[in-house]
Amino acid sequence: MPSLKFLFKPQNELEKRGRKTAPLYGEPEKTCPNCHRTLTISTLEKTTGVCSCGYHFRMGARERLDFIADKDSFYELFADIASSDPLSFPGYQEKLRKAENASGSKESVVTGTCTIGGEKCALFIMDPLFMMGSMGAATGEKITRLFEYATGNDLPVVGFTVSGGARMQEGMLSLMQMAATSAAVRRHGSKGLFYLTVLTDPTTGGVTASFAMEGDIIMAEPGATVGFAGARVVEQTTRQPLPKGFQTAESMLEHGFIDTIVPRKDEKEAIRLLLALHRRDHGKGL
Amino acid sequence: MGRAYDIVRIARSGSRPTGADYIRGIFSPFIELHGDRRFADDPAIFAGIGILGGQAVTVIAIDKGHDTEERTRRHFGAPEPEGYRKALRLMKQAEKFHRPIVTFIDTSGAYCGVDAEERGQGEAIAESIMEMIDLDTPTIAILIGEGGSGGALALGAADRVWMMENAVYSVISPEGCASILWKDAAKAADAADGLRLTADDALSFGIAEEVISEDGLGGKAFYARLGEKIERELRELAEQKDLRQARYERFRSFGRKYTERR
Ligand SMILES: [Zn+2]
Repeated sequence: MPSLKFLFKPQNELEKRGRKTAPLYGEPEKTCPNCHRTLTISTLEKTTGVCSCGYHFRMGARERLDFIADKDSFYELFADIASSDPLSFPGYQEKLRKAENASGSKESVVTGTCTIGGEKCALFIMDPLFMMGSMGAATGEKITRLFEYATGNDLPVVGFTVSGGARMQEGMLSLMQMAATSAAVRRHGSKGLFYLTVLTDPTTGGVTASFAMEGDIIMAEPGATVGFAGARVVEQTTRQPLPKGFQTAESMLEHGFIDTIVPRKDEKEAIRLLLALHRRDHGKGL
Repeated sequence: MGRAYDIVRIARSGSRPTGADYIRGIFSPFIELHGDRRFADDPAIFAGIGILGGQAVTVIAIDKGHDTEERTRRHFGAPEPEGYRKALRLMKQAEKFHRPIVTFIDTSGAYCGVDAEERGQGEAIAESIMEMIDLDTPTIAILIGEGGSGGALALGAADRVWMMENAVYSVISPEGCASILWKDAAKAADAADGLRLTADDALSFGIAEEVISEDGLGGKAFYARLGEKIERELRELAEQKDLRQARYERFRSFGRKYTERR
C-alpha cells in the first residue's frame, strides 16, 4: 500500500551552491538526502517519514492528518472552498487541477476539528502536495474561517504550516490573506484561546510573515527550513555565502523565534500536553 | 499589453517623491522619531509626529532616499525587522494618545539579508500586521510607489488604502514571477499584466478605496490637495463607530469574495 506521499526536501546544499531539485513523489523508493540511504515507502510509512538518521521527509496533509488526529475524530470543515482563479492567470487552472489530484484537496490546507490524545481542538494542516502549500485566497479563507469557528466554539487551534509563500497566480488577493488570517488569529487570542503552530519544511514567505509566527507557542520539526525571503534571494542580494544552518528551525530557535523543536515521533504527545496545559482548568489532573 | 509593466517602471522611478518628501510636504511642524527600543534604528523607515489641519498625526513612511549615499543608507527602502518594530512602536504610541496614523508605502519588499532573517523578518512583519489591523485609532495607508508584498502590507492594514495612480501593489515582482513561472525574467511584462498589480486593479478588487491623481506630483499644490484629502478622511473616520470591526470586515472580505465553493 504505497499510499503515503513523502516528498523530498530539496537538498540543503545551498552553502555548497546548486540546490538540486528532486522528484516529488510516486516512486517506490526514496534516497535520504541526508545520509543517502535508500528507503522503501513501506519503511517510511512505519516511521512516519523519518529516516533512521533523523531526517524528516515532507508529508502530505492527509497523511499527516491520519498520524496526528485521534482515529475517526477528524471532522472536516470548509472542504468545498476553492480558488476561483480571480485574475484569470495564464496556466493557473491547469495547475490547480494537478494540485487537486496530487493532494486530494481543493486547496493547500485541510481544516476541521479533531481530538489529539483526547484533547479537542480546531486543526489546520497545510499541504506541500498542493502547489507547495502556497497561500491563495481560498487558503486564507479556510484558515480565517477555522479561527472564527474556534473563537465561536471556544476551541484552541493547532496549525501545521508548510508553504513556499504567497500564491503569485492570485496576486494581491493572496497578499491580503496575510491580513485576514492575522486579524482572525488576533480575535481568537483576545478571547484567551490557545494557538499552537508547528512549522514544517518549508515554512517561508507570506505564511511565515503572518499566522505561522503568530502562535502562542511555536514548535518546529527538526531541520525544517523556516524563513521569510528565499535563501537564494538572500544570497543574491548580499552576494555572500550563507552561514551554515541558515534558515533552519535550529538556527531560528537559537535566534529566539521558535519555542521548541520536536521530532515527529514525539510530536503528538507534545501537542497533547500543550493543549492540556492550556485547558480552562489549567491542566488540572495532569 | 505591457501597459502594467510601464506603470511598474514609473512606480520604481528614482525621480518620484520619496516617503519622507510626502511627510515633509504635508505635515508641519513635524518631528522625526527614531529607533525600535530593541536593537536599532532603521533608516528605511522615516517616521514621527506631525500636524495636519490642527491635528497631531503619527506618520510613518518607507523611504527609498534620493542620492546614492542616502539610498544606500536607507537600504533602497527595504526595511529591516527593526524598521517594522519601530513603526509598530510608534503605532502603539499613537493608539495610546488617540492620534490617527497615516502611512506612506514605497518598497520593493522587506530587506532580504542574513541579519534580517536571523532577527526575525517574518515575525516582525506578522506582528506589525496583526497589531495594526486591531488598532483602536483611525488609519490611512497610501501606496506612493512600489507596494512590494508583505513588506508593504506590514504598514498597509489600514481603514483606508489609497494608491497613487502610478503605484503598484504586488505579491511578487514581475521579474521574480516571470523567472519562477516561465524561467525567463524577460517575460516580466507578461507577468506584470497577469499579476493585476496596478492602482486601477486594486480599486476594482476593493483593495484600494481611491486612486490619487498625480497631477503636479511633488509640488506645493499637490501636497496641499492630498493633505486636505487626508484631513477630511481622518475627520470622517474619527466619527465612525466600531472602526476595528469595519477594518476586520474590510480585510476579511476578499477571501469570501474571490473564492468559490465546489
Ligand atoms: Zn537518512
